[in-house]
Amino acid sequence: MTAHPAPNARTDQNRNADKPGDPHIAARQKWMSVLARTSRARLETEWSENHGNESWTHLREPQIGMVMVRGRAGGAGQRFNLGEMTVTRCAVTLSDGTVGHSYVKGRDRIQAQYAALFDAVMLRDGSASDFIDTLAAEQAAAKRDHARKVAATKVDFFTLVRGEDE
Amino acid sequence: MYVAVKGGERAINNAHKLLAEQRRGDKTIAEIETDQIEQQLSLSVTRVMAEGSLYDRDLAALAIKQARGDLIEAIFLMRAYRTTLPRFAFSKPIKTAEMDVSRRISATFKDLPGGQILGPTFDYTHRLLDFTLMANGEAPTEAPSGENPIDENMPRVLDDILNYEGLIQDEPVPVDENAPVADLTREPVKFPAGRDLRLQNLSRGDEGFVLALGYSTQRGYANSHAFVGEIRYGTVSVEIEPEELGFAIDIGDIELTECETVNKFKGSKTKLPQFTRGYGLVFGQNERKAISMALVDRAMRANEMGEQIMGPAQDSEFVMEHSDNVQSTGFVEHIKLPHYVDFQGELELVRRMRAEVEERLAKAEAENGTSQPEAAE
Repeated sequence: MTAHPAPNARTDQNRNADKPGDPHIAARQKWMSVLARTSRARLETEWSENHGNESWTHLREPQIGMVMVRGRAGGAGQRFNLGEMTVTRCAVTLSDGTVGHSYVKGRDRIQAQYAALFDAVMLRDGSASDFIDTLAAEQAAAKRDHARKVAATKVDFFTLVRGEDE
Repeated sequence: MYVAVKGGERAINNAHKLLAEQRRGDKTIAEIETDQIEQQLSLSVTRVMAEGSLYDRDLAALAIKQARGDLIEAIFLMRAYRTTLPRFAFSKPIKTAEMDVSRRISATFKDLPGGQILGPTFDYTHRLLDFTLMANGEAPTEAPSGENPIDENMPRVLDDILNYEGLIQDEPVPVDENAPVADLTREPVKFPAGRDLRLQNLSRGDEGFVLALGYSTQRGYANSHAFVGEIRYGTVSVEIEPEELGFAIDIGDIELTECETVNKFKGSKTKLPQFTRGYGLVFGQNERKAISMALVDRAMRANEMGEQIMGPAQDSEFVMEHSDNVQSTGFVEHIKLPHYVDFQGELELVRRMRAEVEERLAKAEAENGTSQPEAAE
């Protein structure tokens, strides 16, 4: 049997519906998501090479905790608590008072600290834009490479022609 | 009753040292590193995260190493660790429709938009031991790439295809979207349990137990014949909305396996027959668990569907009270711990009862002047 997609596929999962209209918020969401996916080593190196002269303080020391991940029955129905994940958060203040925040998956305090620092720098003057763009491009490329490997496992079904159809 | 015992400290310390030595094994063989476990025993890691109910690959790898590969012991370690952490937030409901899929198959539709994507699967392997893994180690292979990546938007079989014709029930959504969501880690479980609590319980439930119950539904101990509408495995991003920010942020990706079953239809004289649904969602790559969970979820919806309860998988209380392997192992295994005082009490009771019976028999014998009748008479 061939399946046909619905012309008005259900959008209960609010695809893209949660993105606030504010372009500043959208830009910040983008770089925070990129930073959350960047290794501590990468962030640390970039910071020491290009932002090592910044003076800053912890507004909130890196702290390890959890987020309860929620799902929906059937993907679109009633919400339920699936299970927890470890998360580390941090907040920093730059010398001019700009505050940067981070919430990143896992338990790496240093990663969370640098993610907050880059958030602050981006908020202040966007001076890590090139770095963020590079990271975003790398992440997109890695995702694409993986999606191509996955695509190689796509099944091409064919139906055998049987006598009675001739 | 369990009464604490004192003493044996030296023996206990030495037993733990012996355990550590045996865990390490033969010292001429390289010690296994936790990152090797994380990478190369990733399906064990998956199971420990799912049933430990804590997504953290490194911690799961450590737990597996510490537990010498005993996964239930490792799950116990994860559960214990999670109690030490504060909970920062609840995520927004994850969007499995937007999953970056590594695998997506349907057993109900052959030619579905987006295609059948096999991904990394044991399906269609011959289940023959591969001795080259032992002899030469694994050859560093690179999987081939397709010319184009897979479609970014994969329609959902149940919602976007079957439901288009109204052939399957909608997922019921509560009137109040902000109604509280049950959480068995914070409140004691009460029955009858809502579907939210049942799904949480099943997702962290023991794989073997949920598998066996799922199997029982197929063998006739529930009447809900199932097809796999869709299975997806891949990554989804997790979003939270921290108070200090006031908007949602993406904190990283987690791997999930999702299974939606299409079950026996239901209708009445006035309602058109429709297929019904079962749902499974678990951390990591674990199809066996996701399918089993969907079967048991559907079976536990018996009351909602007005079905007769005819098997254990339909009995929510039975399922939920026995699905947790940390709880089960705690109670089953605690009987090996010292119960000396407890047993002493039982011993004395039996001795007293025996003495009473003996006394009565002796008295009867003295009164009748006859010996006890032979057993053969």
